[in-house]
Amino acid sequence: MGPPWDPANSRRGTHSRGPSNLRLVWVYPDLLSTYGDRGNLLVLERRARLRGIGVEPIQVNSDQPVPRQGDIYLLGGGEDLPQVLAARRLREDGGLAAAASRGSVVFAVCAGYQLLGAEFGGEEGQPVRGLEILDIRSGRGERRGVGEILADVDPELGVPTLTGFENHQGVTRVGPGAKPLARVSVGVGNGDGTEGAYAGRILGTYLHGPALVRNPGLADLLLSWAIGALPQLRPEQEAWTSRFREQRLAAVTG
Amino acid sequence: MSKLPLRARVATTLGGAAGRMSRLAGRGDGSVIGGVIGLRVEPGLLSLLAAGRQIVLVTGTNGKTTTTRLITSALSALGQDVASNAFGANMEAGLAAALGQAPDAPYGVLEVDEKYLPAVLQATKARVVTVLNLSRDQMDRAAEIWLVARRWRDAFEAAPDCRVVANADDPLIAWAASGAAQVTWVAAGQRWHEDSWCCPRCGSHLRRDDLGWRCGECDFSRPSARWILDGTSVIDSTGTMTELSLALPGRANRSNAVMALAVAEVFGVGSAQALQGMRSVTSVAGRYTQVERHGRHMRLLLAKNPAGWLEAFDVLDPAPVPVLLAVNAQIPDGRDTSWLWDVDYRVVRDRPVFVSGERGLDLAVRLEADGVAFELVDGVDDAVSRVSAGGTLDVIANYTAFQQIRTAVGRAA
Repeated sequence: MGPPWDPANSRRGTHSRGPSNLRLVWVYPDLLSTYGDRGNLLVLERRARLRGIGVEPIQVNSDQPVPRQGDIYLLGGGEDLPQVLAARRLREDGGLAAAASRGSVVFAVCAGYQLLGAEFGGEEGQPVRGLEILDIRSGRGERRGVGEILADVDPELGVPTLTGFENHQGVTRVGPGAKPLARVSVGVGNGDGTEGAYAGRILGTYLHGPALVRNPGLADLLLSWAIGALPQLRPEQEAWTSRFREQRLAAVTG
Repeated sequence: MSKLPLRARVATTLGGAAGRMSRLAGRGDGSVIGGVIGLRVEPGLLSLLAAGRQIVLVTGTNGKTTTTRLITSALSALGQDVASNAFGANMEAGLAAALGQAPDAPYGVLEVDEKYLPAVLQATKARVVTVLNLSRDQMDRAAEIWLVARRWRDAFEAAPDCRVVANADDPLIAWAASGAAQVTWVAAGQRWHEDSWCCPRCGSHLRRDDLGWRCGECDFSRPSARWILDGTSVIDSTGTMTELSLALPGRANRSNAVMALAVAEVFGVGSAQALQGMRSVTSVAGRYTQVERHGRHMRLLLAKNPAGWLEAFDVLDPAPVPVLLAVNAQIPDGRDTSWLWDVDYRVVRDRPVFVSGERGLDLAVRLEADGVAFELVDGVDDAVSRVSAGGTLDVIANYTAFQQIRTAVGRAA
């Protein structure tokens, strides 16, 4: 096998990364980490390391500046008040928006997804200004969507069916500057039959918590956005993940 | 009992009969059905049953059942009957059933589901409320914990005659209890910090040091405590240090015990007397029970949420004693297993690990990510068969998985 990954394959080139380490920045776990959000960090870390890619996980709390040199930024879910606070701090800090505009990958879940957009619903349902780095607009819906979700991903992304769990009362409209990530077959998602959104290397979803655990294809998409084409993993490295994924898909489709 | 209105007497009698029938029919321990029927006949039953008694309520995410048992044992020093929902039936029906079954007991020690505390406090006019801790738990069906704390705070403000015994080391608990007119602060410790990085009052990042926690922006900080858990000892308000020497294992239970001592003090029961009763508690509703199974020793530990798993790891036997981890996701467990990723499983890398439960594959993937070697097994007996004869197996399971294992090894456990 050749080198596990070659920087020359990288589709990015806007700024240089360290010689070997992929910088995974977990943004504000003190405010946005409600449903096992650490899982996304651990899965990206594992799938990178299995391919021989070094990883430098960076955890940034809300009283610290967000570094601008990260490769992949992760935002998790959160309750209403922490979400409002996180949006305010991230706007003031400016680091995440700067990194995104320079082509870094951003993966955001649930509350984190909503706050990337123009606005979202606060703790009393009032509109709160978001980061405006993804063309979406969210508000509070009539009822809470709680349960398993299945959604078929935009074929352009080449990612298999999404499986996950959602627990939110948000409704999101995807604007012309972004595309829905997927079409819902079971569950609620954005509330209009679509689920999540993406534009460039910014991607958000209502699949909460450890969304990448059940969706290794999505994890690999994010890794490939950051570092270029990836070698396949060996089947035995995927065995538990595949069994788990099949079980969840079967449980929902019955 | 004779002071109860006729309707309440009919309600408790019917309820008691139903509880007996439920036990006879083998449908459970009969601690809820009686209350359900009683409440249907007389909705104000809980108020009527609590009237004239001194009631202690116990709530929090973890440790409710054990602390309820410890307080009940401590209050046995008073030499009078104590009504209690000892089996953890902690919603209104379970509470009504517990009080109805002990109509002459002048005291009641009742564990209460977090969500129901405000209503139960209002109905029972409790003398003491014990608030242990708050952390993420079954979030697909429970309210966000900040909202729970806010409702408690409002309930305490509306109950000026009630004394709140509160864990000062848990910021969310401290914020809720600081709404009360009378508070006994207990430094009972807090191992799980993941739900309290932010100030409950203003939302800013909390700072932590050896003295506890304080907000970096507003002036909210850890209250100074009257009772302090210090390692395996308790320091009381006079500065006297006493070794707890509990039969129950682990740091979490020492924390529960110090809370119970602070409650006992309200009723004039001193530490020495209270501890006498508390030290006799060896297992609580099946938890910490040691059982023999096919010539192996088994110990059963319940862990329902990330903070609970942390506490369960704390009482595992030293490696290389193997451990069985069992996870379900039925409605009482929460249908969402995302919380598995909030638990750090690396601590069990040093021992053989078996995995079972309806959501064993969720756990398998989780353990793989933490670099923990494991074997997927088909239920508790399969795990037992993989332990050498005469050996020991620790078991950690979440709620329905725990009940299934108890059923498999015999209810006597």
